[in-house]
Amino acid sequence: MLRYALRNLLARKARLGMSLLSIALGVAFLAGVLTFDHGLRHTFDNILDGSTPDAVVRVAGADQTSGQATTATLTPEDVARLAALPEAAAAYGNVVGHGVSLVGHDGRLVGGNGAPTLAFNRTASRNLLGEPIMQLQQGHWPQGPRDLTMDARAADRAGYRIGDEVTLVVPTSALVAHLRLVGTATFTGGGTAGAILLLVSTQGAQQLFLGGRDAYSSVDLAAAAGTSPDQLVTAARRVLPSGFEAVTGKQAVDEAQDSIGAVLGAVTTFFLVFAGIAVIVCGLLILNTFTILVAQRTRELAVLRALGASRAQVSRSVLIEASVLACVATMLGVVGGWGLARGLAAAFAALGLEIAGSALTLTTSTVVLCAVVGITGTVVAAYVPARRAGRVPPVAAMQVTAPTGAGTRQRLLIAGALLAVGVLAATAGLTGVWGHRSLWVGGAGVVWIVALATSCGTVGRPLLALLREAFTRLFGVTGQLGGQNALRDSRRTGATASALMIGMAVVSTISILAASLNRSVDDLVDQNFAADFIVTSPAYTPFPTSIGDRLATVEGVGLVVRQQVAQATLDGRSVMIDGNDASFDRIYRLDILAGTPRLDAGQALVDSDTARAHGWRVGSGFTVQFPGLHVLRLHVAGIARTSQVTAPISVPIDDLAAAGVARQDSAVSILLAPGADAHAVHQRLDAAIADVPVVSVQDKAQYAAAIHGQVNQLLYLIYGLLALAVIIAVLGIVNTLGLSVVERTRELGLLRAVGVSRVQLRAMITLESVATALLGAALGVVVGLATGVLLRQALSDDITSLDVPVWQLLVFLAGSVAAGVLAATVPAVRASRLDVLQAIATE
Amino acid sequence: MIDRDSEQTAGQTARQIAAQAQGLVKVYGNGAASVRALDGVDLAVEAGRFTVVMGASGSGKSTLMHCLAGLEKPTAGTVTVAGESLGSLSDKRLTMLRRDRVGFVFQAFNLIPTLTARENILLPLSLAGRRPDPAWWDLIIGRLRLEDRLDHRPGQLSGGQQQRVACARALLGRPTIIFADEPTGNLDSRSSGEIMTLLRSSVDDFGQTVVMVTHDPVGASYSDRVVFLADGRIVEDATDVTVADILSRLARLQPATAETGGS
Ligand SMILES: Nc1ncnc2c1ncn2[C@@H]1O[C@H](COP(=O)(O)OP(=O)(O)O)[C@@H](O)[C@H]1O
Ligand SMILES: [Mg+2]
Repeated sequence: MLRYALRNLLARKARLGMSLLSIALGVAFLAGVLTFDHGLRHTFDNILDGSTPDAVVRVAGADQTSGQATTATLTPEDVARLAALPEAAAAYGNVVGHGVSLVGHDGRLVGGNGAPTLAFNRTASRNLLGEPIMQLQQGHWPQGPRDLTMDARAADRAGYRIGDEVTLVVPTSALVAHLRLVGTATFTGGGTAGAILLLVSTQGAQQLFLGGRDAYSSVDLAAAAGTSPDQLVTAARRVLPSGFEAVTGKQAVDEAQDSIGAVLGAVTTFFLVFAGIAVIVCGLLILNTFTILVAQRTRELAVLRALGASRAQVSRSVLIEASVLACVATMLGVVGGWGLARGLAAAFAALGLEIAGSALTLTTSTVVLCAVVGITGTVVAAYVPARRAGRVPPVAAMQVTAPTGAGTRQRLLIAGALLAVGVLAATAGLTGVWGHRSLWVGGAGVVWIVALATSCGTVGRPLLALLREAFTRLFGVTGQLGGQNALRDSRRTGATASALMIGMAVVSTISILAASLNRSVDDLVDQNFAADFIVTSPAYTPFPTSIGDRLATVEGVGLVVRQQVAQATLDGRSVMIDGNDASFDRIYRLDILAGTPRLDAGQALVDSDTARAHGWRVGSGFTVQFPGLHVLRLHVAGIARTSQVTAPISVPIDDLAAAGVARQDSAVSILLAPGADAHAVHQRLDAAIADVPVVSVQDKAQYAAAIHGQVNQLLYLIYGLLALAVIIAVLGIVNTLGLSVVERTRELGLLRAVGVSRVQLRAMITLESVATALLGAALGVVVGLATGVLLRQALSDDITSLDVPVWQLLVFLAGSVAAGVLAATVPAVRASRLDVLQAIATE
Repeated sequence: MIDRDSEQTAGQTARQIAAQAQGLVKVYGNGAASVRALDGVDLAVEAGRFTVVMGASGSGKSTLMHCLAGLEKPTAGTVTVAGESLGSLSDKRLTMLRRDRVGFVFQAFNLIPTLTARENILLPLSLAGRRPDPAWWDLIIGRLRLEDRLDHRPGQLSGGQQQRVACARALLGRPTIIFADEPTGNLDSRSSGEIMTLLRSSVDDFGQTVVMVTHDPVGASYSDRVVFLADGRIVEDATDVTVADILSRLARLQPATAETGGS
């Protein structure tokens, strides 16, 4: 039986080519994502391990990864006390700059939209392995207060060479500083993962980042010989000033890994979702291929049964065939995935996130997981056809026509039941009885897709019949034959179409969500936002307050309103707090439900959801904690309806500063002075900050457009990732058509014999293909439309407006016609090249 | 030696029954569209003999064979093969029975196109996980003149050669009974003659039991016994017939068929 299975595989190499390709593509996607993920983690792990000392003294109570700046500092005496501990071999005071940016040789901002810019003083601190944390590559370390050493790649990107004068944006009143590049350096751990490293002398750092105070942000500790990090930490705690804590390097690494891991995990999950879709589409293709192969081989299988093969033996022969196919495809896929990971890494490098090439290796777990997914996936998909093969009655060997499978009604029942389950889930989601509303609706979408995938052929019959009529009108008898062929085994057509349906459903859902999100942004900016201009940085990171100071002096500016978003802890949970200028209610149109938005020191405006959750009313008191253990006591002065424009809690911006948060601005909104010319003021604002390219001044339309740009970027990324699923689905159409052509050789020969021309034959097959593709796309768009609209409804807190991009959906349908034509090329040419006599002689 | 032994065995057990049908009825479909393909057939196939079934197209010959071979479940009546009653057998037991007790030769050859002649011949044994007896293999391959065709694929063989491969496949497992449904239906007269001689000699020399359906009076004349079917009933049963005999019986059958059909 093994031999029989292998012979079948060899004999039908060409017929299984598409299946092989599609499994390989699916596995390659998976392997690529896993390898990329491994490379990413490895890169960060190396940097973390290589840059963390035995122990660290840092501000207490801070979410260490938020990078939020605090005003808390240590004195030189604190550092001296730590250095004097017998458990410490050395203590290195760090001075860290927040809101520092590198301006390139051409005056443009370098980086700023992905990896961070890290600015700090260079010390001789050593990592857990005893290696120096920083390694000099060229030139020398910064010595004087105007010396700068940076990482070689940043220097390269910015267009600076050693000896050049480098421009930085710094959080001083001057905003801009000019330093001399004296050397290049890198983390010992290997690369910077795209981050920009700016190293200055301790004195220089204190001048640039701390306004000249002789103080430190944190301290790196090296353990004395024979002292463990734990002992070092215990000793350090005795001499620490309040508001600071000491932790071991290992703990610091673990915390950083956890938080970076969460981010990387989200990225990987995002990619894995699309790998999963591709694999599922692939599974459908396999299911379909083997169903067709088994149907074509019915007579042969019946002979085997008549000669004494048991059901299990016949089924097994099909499964063996599938497994061998899967093994070969998986191997190809894993190798392809490795290449794909390199491609992804190159793409990310272009975006500024660098992954060490050496970290992009195929790990055992990647290979094993891919093999498991590829092989079990294929075998599971081939299981149903294999069972059907086992059920072929031996008497079929003697009959001319194979018995056709029944069970359409059963499938329809299942599909109907699933449809109902989906409706229930969607209702549960929309009424919000329990759990995440969007998860319920998303689940409903998945169930509907499954329902359609099982019943595609039956549900699609009316549409296929309609298409046949349309084709007949348009193309005459050729069109009729093509349409009829799509209709005659509608289950097969449906199975082929359902692969495309899945891709199209997801694409449509996403397009509706993206369009609605864009519309919501428009509405939000339009209705809730009264500013004439908005000043933000490209990645919405905070920037020095001096920028706002400069803008306030521009002629024609009526009012400058600043906002800083800070992170704090409320009842042990992290919470976002907006610090706002007093006149912020002139910028944001808030729906005040109680009290007043005018805040004095110690007062807060809270949104209605937060107030309800904590049982607050106007006058209620509560406390929030900021890094450095600063506690802010607040009273509720007003309650506003929850909206997108404010954080759960808003406080006067000066209260943030009082709570030890280093003042920076997250956004600056500007109102024109009465009678001022908007265009002229815009130009003057641009000119005022021309030398600090870290922020841009945008009017409302530009601001909305910038957000659209970001939404669309993500949308195109998702389309790109879904393209693979669509390509696999199109391969599926090629596959089915190819198999059908083989099956209908005799019939095609007859058609040719009675005078159908080659061109007509090709047109016939192309139309069959187009009908299949249109069926899949149409059903997909319908499910996607329903899911997208309902999902938007479930997410209406975040996506406040609905927009259905009708044109885009029509383009998808048109695209599917093109895909159908494309898919038919090879099978159509093969069919039209058939030798008429031979075709008729084929049994 | 072997030949003589088999002949003796065949002689001694002339009345031993290889397969038996009693009150066999087979109805296809139901209601108005139903077809009564077999209408109460009683037949005992003696072991070591060559039995031929004849009759007009649609008279139920194939159905009878399928029921006897356990490929089709009768509507009523019983079938016994090699002493086992088929009615009570599970699919698994039926499969085992086909594998070990029954051989088939089909009109459409039904060789597996992807396997070589050798692999096709060995297929039933490999399905059972058995190896052929080398002496028996040599004897059959020699007798069927297939030595130099064993590594060819079915597509590379003539119709006659393909049917010889199918016969070898049926004979190799020494089944209790071989069923052949119009084995020469797709062959020219010369190849037909070869196949008939072959089946005849397998009965004479190896004591094989063969049941064959044919339309060809010449082919039928190779047999020991001819059973005539009309409208699902046995209407004649004759032994040691000649071609002339068969022709005259067939001629007599025509009006009989017309009568039965009319009533
Ligand atoms: N699978 C089937 N379904 C319905 N009717 C059948 C089937 N097989 C055979 N028949 C009918 O049973 C009758 C006997 O058929 P068959 O045994 O094949 O005849 P023969 O082999 O003598 O030509 C015919 O009328 C035929 O149409
Ligand atoms: Mg017949």
